[in-house]
Amino acid sequence: MTALLAAESISAGYGDSRAVADLSFALEPGEVLALVGANGAGKSTLLRVLAGAHRPSAGRVLLHGEDVTHVRDFERNRLGVCLVPEGRRLFASLTVRENLEVGAGSRRDGRWTVDTVVDALPMLGDLLGRNASQLSGGQQQAVAIGRGLMSNPEVLLLDEVSLGLAPIVIDELYASLAAVRGGGLGIVLVEQDLERTVAVADRLVCMLEGHAVLSGTPASLSRQAITDAYFGHEVTPW
Amino acid sequence: MVILNALVQGVLLGGLFAMAALGLSIAFGILRVVNLAHGEIMTVGAYLAAVALSTLGVNVWLSLIVVVPLLGVVGYWVQRLLLQRALSLGELAPLLVTFGIAIIIPNALIELFTTNKQAIPTGDLAVRSVQLAEGLRIGVLPLLTMLVAVLLIAGTQLFLARTRSGRYMRAAADDSETLRLMGVDHRRVYAYAMGLAFAIAALGGVFFGMRQGGVTPFDGQLLVLFAFEAVIIGGLGSLWGTLAGGIVLGVAQTLAGVVSPELPLLVGNLVFLAVLVLRPTGIVRSKVVV
Repeated sequence: MTALLAAESISAGYGDSRAVADLSFALEPGEVLALVGANGAGKSTLLRVLAGAHRPSAGRVLLHGEDVTHVRDFERNRLGVCLVPEGRRLFASLTVRENLEVGAGSRRDGRWTVDTVVDALPMLGDLLGRNASQLSGGQQQAVAIGRGLMSNPEVLLLDEVSLGLAPIVIDELYASLAAVRGGGLGIVLVEQDLERTVAVADRLVCMLEGHAVLSGTPASLSRQAITDAYFGHEVTPW
Repeated sequence: MVILNALVQGVLLGGLFAMAALGLSIAFGILRVVNLAHGEIMTVGAYLAAVALSTLGVNVWLSLIVVVPLLGVVGYWVQRLLLQRALSLGELAPLLVTFGIAIIIPNALIELFTTNKQAIPTGDLAVRSVQLAEGLRIGVLPLLTMLVAVLLIAGTQLFLARTRSGRYMRAAADDSETLRLMGVDHRRVYAYAMGLAFAIAALGGVFFGMRQGGVTPFDGQLLVLFAFEAVIIGGLGSLWGTLAGGIVLGVAQTLAGVVSPELPLLVGNLVFLAVLVLRPTGIVRSKVVV
């Protein structure tokens, strides 16, 4: 069966510095695949490659088996791949509603509208008229996720959902993510919080210095193996 | 009464300056491009109107139907073919490109039309006036210019606030890379914004030509200066700020003209300098474009 999204031997970097090295994985419809690893492991660069925002130096990105490696970022969004970037990057001069509406720029059909996004992310309900620059970090993250959903993606790439947020806010966001799942939506989640990642992911890929060093379902991997891979203790590239 | 008269005339002159400043404000606010050729684009608009008047025999209002959209299309393609490439090279490159355009246009106009003023006749509109009080009359054309400027600013604000294209332009001003990640090609958004800026510049240029009775190849140099001053005085990126800035500049120049006909330009520049020193963010704080 053809994967929803596949990375084939992806290498990418910045100048002489290599951030991702010969990395492969496949994402199935409806699956949550988590990329875990310490800072600098190459997770965000890999997400940007998948979204078309960063050109890989080698390898291919396949969407439904079609090679989209050279499809540009805005066109890749129209094909159904949407990145919720690190740092949220909301449009600060726009209201929350306007941010969501801009998220629908690809004009793809699907279940996500402003109303359904608010249903899935209830904390946005009272914020629609508020300027994005006036929001707390958690509210901004909710808007960023909602904005991503507005493009009705088949693949949602979530970068550092919990970064800099209070635990109670992270709990609320992850509860909302459960409502977001379904309908065949594939999610690639980049997260440094191992506990939450293990709880939400169907499969884990642990990255170290650009390489994938461990992969499997949370149930099949011991906590010690994940921690060792995360910190680079006696791991063997697979 | 002389002072009051000068004040009223200055306010109305501010309408013309605001119209000149609006396109510049859009180009800077959305694309972060300082368009040094903005004044020359205005003169091209006025020249096109003059040509339409002299060759086709249409009146100046009809010429706007052709001139404004035409310059809008030109702006779109200038952005796509020239400025977009320059933007990818850094902040200085677009500045140099517009500087180059600002040199090419007047020289091309001299080649085509000589340095003589090209007339833009408006019938008796230029001399018609309305008496408000004893010794206080306001010209119909300046009044019309102010009215058009206000409508233009209100229309632009509505466009940016209420339409999908307007939202994209504001989003592009905030973060063009993220806009691309949302499935929107920011280069097209930029091109439409520059098209809008050129179209407004053309309209302002025609009104300038009507006020002056015509246009010369060198008028752009002063126009871009007034436009810059109005934008800075009003506050970068603020649409209504351009009107406020235009009015401040217009009043300063007109009041100075009461003292001596030599002073308007100097006093206008001094007011600009004072605002730059004392309130560099401009007199209007609210931001619409950026």
